[in-house]
Amino acid sequence: MRLPTPSQTVGPFFNIGMPGQHAPELVAPDAPGAIEIVGTVVDGKGDPIADALIEVWQANRAGRYAHPEDLGLADGFRGFGRTETDADGGFRFVTIKPGPVAHPLGPLQAPHLEVSVFARGLLKRLATRMYFPDEEQANAADPVLSSVETARRATLVAREADGRLRWDVRLQGDGETVFFDV
Amino acid sequence: MAEQVTTTGGQVIGYRRENCDPPYLHPDYAATRTRAPKRPLILLPHTLSEVTGPVFGHEEIGPLDHDLTRGHEGEPLGERIVLHGSVLDGDGRPVRNTLVELWQANAAGRYRHVVDRHPAPLDPNFTGAGRCLTDDEGRYRFITVKPGAYPWRNHDNAWRAAHIHLSLFGPAFATRLVTQMYFPGDPLFFQDPIFNAVRDPRDRELLIARFDLAGTVPEWALAYRFDIVLRGRDATPAEE
Repeated sequence: MRLPTPSQTVGPFFNIGMPGQHAPELVAPDAPGAIEIVGTVVDGKGDPIADALIEVWQANRAGRYAHPEDLGLADGFRGFGRTETDADGGFRFVTIKPGPVAHPLGPLQAPHLEVSVFARGLLKRLATRMYFPDEEQANAADPVLSSVETARRATLVAREADGRLRWDVRLQGDGETVFFDV
Repeated sequence: MAEQVTTTGGQVIGYRRENCDPPYLHPDYAATRTRAPKRPLILLPHTLSEVTGPVFGHEEIGPLDHDLTRGHEGEPLGERIVLHGSVLDGDGRPVRNTLVELWQANAAGRYRHVVDRHPAPLDPNFTGAGRCLTDDEGRYRFITVKPGAYPWRNHDNAWRAAHIHLSLFGPAFATRLVTQMYFPGDPLFFQDPIFNAVRDPRDRELLIARFDLAGTVPEWALAYRFDIVLRGRDATPAEE
């Protein structure tokens, strides 16, 4: 067994090194079923974080991943996006809603995005999930959401606002987003 | 097009959780004080969502993307180096065809970035970004220049030890890693709280490349070797 290389912060200059994969649009904005997700990343004082990197990973409409251990790239949907926050801590993705995804215990997982947050001051990434507000039943049955205390689950569910989905990320303090040990 | 997901497809083999990572809160690194979560992380047993991750192909990588000394009118100033190594999993197996991204300051310790105000010169022949895919043995290789140390405002007279940022995906969401590689014998280690946030000196050694005489190119460049180890995989499907 070999010890894994330790994580270190991305620092403030990461966008020098990740320009080619800058991909806030997982599908074209005029693609059928395209949805826009917007949000703000804030710190423990409630101040916007203008130098965060957000990555999303998700299944396709059928709940399958473009990965050799699942379906592969059958429908051409890669399912990966990333973007940096702007001066006001804001971010935006355009994507499709994934289908429900298999779970080892049997029942399907509610549609969700896997999310990584990187920033100066984060010595390792924060992993979380974003769920969809129009999936109340599926969310209630989701084994991962159910592992979170009820009062904090709302931090993982986007809300509808002006035809878009809004999902804010609070790294610390009141209303702190639920982060997972992945 | 919609395929029915079968419950048997939900069986997954997860990734091991042993790690040498620093804590989120390391008060000596001032920015962690307002950015580290205060609530404990919630354990997420791996599902298909965590054992899959984005796949990148050779067609996305340009032929010169691994060589940071090319692509400009002239060559950058500084000490030319080869930075190479293997990407391995926790069992020592090569991680093939995985994306490695790199970014760094120039030889004077200045990043080509709008928020870097260190009064050191920019180099018109150096951007400081590169990327490559590992080969069938998990190897990667970059040509670059040795980055300079630079001051930052974390504490009085704070300087970052010279380092190169590296980003790796590995095979899954669970294996995502962003780290920094340091140079052997750096006199600035003792006062760099990002380096020292890794608490165990044994683990900090994992962040330091070693000088590699065999990898040098005579009359042209010195070489450093830095192997990167991603998490290993469980032997059996996750407990139910």
